[in-house]
Order: sequence, then structure tokens, then C-alpha cells
Amino acid sequence: MTESDAAARRNELLRLAAIGTAAGAFSGLFGVGGGTVIVPLLIFWFGFGERLATGTSLAAIVIVGSLGALAQGGIYGNVHVVTGLLLAIPAIVGVVLGTAIQQRIPQRAVSYLFAGLLVAVAVDLILK
Amino acid sequence: MSDVLAVLVCVAGGLAGGLVGVGGGILFVPALTVFIGLGQVEGEATSLLMIVIVALVGAYRQRGYGNVRTREALTIGALSPVGVLIGVAASNLLPERALQLAFAALALFMAAHLVRRARAA
Repeated sequence: MTESDAAARRNELLRLAAIGTAAGAFSGLFGVGGGTVIVPLLIFWFGFGERLATGTSLAAIVIVGSLGALAQGGIYGNVHVVTGLLLAIPAIVGVVLGTAIQQRIPQRAVSYLFAGLLVAVAVDLILK
Repeated sequence: MSDVLAVLVCVAGGLAGGLVGVGGGILFVPALTVFIGLGQVEGEATSLLMIVIVALVGAYRQRGYGNVRTREALTIGALSPVGVLIGVAASNLLPERALQLAFAALALFMAAHLVRRARAA
């Protein structure tokens, strides 16, 4: 390994550490996966395509989310395990359906639909 | 009735994950707080458990399409604990109302991101 190879590896590792730390903080604070942080950074810093970034992000989220659930449950006792496991079932149905029909319907319509749903969530939270 | 709505919102969260690549958590948390009646922190914590399961299924399927770089994914995960601990501690220290408003801001940010992406496509 030449010196510039070593520098490149170090640089790559540093960027992955930055992505991991940012995604972890986001995940722990908001109870989300951290994909909002991981996907754009993999695209901008590593030149990943959108599909490769999304797939890799999901795999990273398995670990980040596990650590978050362990910390929230183990240290603070905040995880409702039975509720979470029960509601994971419809969520799995959703994700399997989602990947299957991804190719068959216009992406644009779907994006607007989910954007509308998120605005409703935000309004509900603000008005509480 | 609210249980049925919680189930439907969770299906939508999973769908969002599969269809547009946003994590389901942004919908799992409101499903748990609004329809099941958990507090904001408890909803977020329980959402993390659901995300692990959904991401596992999603990653497995994406792997089949050749869309997962395992080495990068493992490295990001392995280097995340410091961030996770900071985030989890902050979520427990912040007042519930501050956490709700920050979560609302995140939801609006992601909505704007989706619209921007749809318009660019």
C-alpha cells in the first residue's frame, strides 16, 4: 500500500465515521432510521446511485437502529416491546408491498401522497 | 378503531420505506403516539425496534437486487455508537414539547425533500 492509498483509506474511514455518528444522533433523537442523513451523504461523498445508497442505508440502519433500541430500552426503559413487535407485522407487509409495486406506479404521485401525510403529522404535532 | 388506524399507518410507513426510500420511522412514531397513546420519547424508542425489523427485511430484499454495499454499511453501523448515545440521551433530557416540535420540523423537511425530488424527476 502506498502512502496515498493509506491516506485515501483514512479519508474514507473518516467520512464513514461522520455518516455513522450523524445518523446515530439523528436516529437516537428522533426514533427514525437515519436514512435521511445516510442516503444523501453516500450519494454526495461516495458517488453511490440512489438505489445503491438506499439499499446500503437500510443495511446500516439495522445496526444503528439496534443500538438505539438497546440504549432506549436498556438504559431508559422506553421501548414497548410487545406493541413494537405487533405493529412491525403490518409494517413488514408495507415494505414488501412497497418494493414489489415500486416499478408499477408513478413515483411522483407516491411522493406527493407521502409528503401530504408528513405535513398532516407535523400540523398535528404543532397544534398539540 | 384507533388500533386499526395504527395498523394502517404502519402499513403506510412500510410502504414509504419500500417505495420512496424514506425510513418508516417518520410514520411509525406518529402511529404510536397518536393512535396507541405512547408519549413522544416512548413512541420514538418503540419505533426504533420496529425499524430494525423492517430494515432487516428491506435490506435482505435490496441485497437480492445487488443494491447493498455490505462493507460500507457495516462500517457506518460500527462507527455510529457515539452518535446514538448522544441522540438517545438528548431525547430523554429534552422537554417532550421541544421533542414534538423538532419532530414536526423533521417531518416538514422530509415532505419538502419528497416534493423537490418529485418535481425534479
